[in-house]
Amino acid sequence: MASAAVADAHAEHHYTSTGLSSTKIAIWAFIGSECFFFASLISTYLIYKGRSVVGPFPHEAWTNPATGQHFKAILNIPVTSASTFVLLMSSLAMVLAHSAVVRGDRKYSKIWLAMTALLGATFLGFQAYEFTSFVHEGLTIKTNLFGSSFFILTGFHGAHVTAGVLWLMTLLFIDMKRGLGPRDAINVDICALYWHFVDVVWIAIFTLVYLIQ
Amino acid sequence: MTADHSHSQTTIDAHGDAHAVEHTHPDWGTYKWVALILTLITVAEVWIYYTPIKETRLFVPTLLALSVAKFAIVVMFYMHLKYDAKLFRGLFVGPLTIAILILISLLFLFGHLSIHAA
Repeated sequence: MASAAVADAHAEHHYTSTGLSSTKIAIWAFIGSECFFFASLISTYLIYKGRSVVGPFPHEAWTNPATGQHFKAILNIPVTSASTFVLLMSSLAMVLAHSAVVRGDRKYSKIWLAMTALLGATFLGFQAYEFTSFVHEGLTIKTNLFGSSFFILTGFHGAHVTAGVLWLMTLLFIDMKRGLGPRDAINVDICALYWHFVDVVWIAIFTLVYLIQ
Repeated sequence: MTADHSHSQTTIDAHGDAHAVEHTHPDWGTYKWVALILTLITVAEVWIYYTPIKETRLFVPTLLALSVAKFAIVVMFYMHLKYDAKLFRGLFVGPLTIAILILISLLFLFGHLSIHAA
């Protein structure tokens, strides 16, 4: 049954000069351009790292000499480690969703798509908690160079995750409405590629921003 | 690690010639191992952060190496770049390489050179 479904999926060939799906070429070109986008944001963060005149700082405590107010190191590694694990697991759920769609397994395609969207939303919840606690602890986008570059970098990443969750929910809606089958595998594949890219960007951010001092 | 060849695809080019393109995707067993390895690397990264290694010169290179390993594993297995057409590899690795070179150049310009110019 699965092989018949796969054969059905590949019955419709689109003629292209490269012999490859144009949609897939487009998403890879887009991901290539996104490499430049995130590299510029990460460069900015790293260049400004350690150049903030006033705190709070990411890894060191700081006391304001004018007011005597004490600020602890702002980054919360255990919480961010948990959110990193959640995003990694969402990538696993995504490949399983794609695999289910390719097989024509409608039950598991729904389950794994919903799980991926849920894990993505959980990651966003962690980020919302982190941003809120930073603001309460005295770090805003205007406080210092660290605050500006940190919120811009992680905020843009969060925006990408949000777009990914919306994309996943759209696919889930279509799956519930008419069912996603092998013919739709390419549409799920490009969503999966985008989602995994968002994951690899976070892998870089987690190491460069959170772990390395 | 095994690959599920039931997902291999045949595409047809502009001249109507059917040819097999490397579109084999990993199976559940591979995905399970990849997820386990990624989790273990993440645990190792966080563990290193809380050990005395943090104070040594090995700290940054070790974290960077672990991060690069995680990045490569996700790209190769979850994004199927290991199994997919070479054009996709070029579309990703090309810009990524240029972006990393620009990042290193900027760090050198604003770090090393600005210190020596001061």
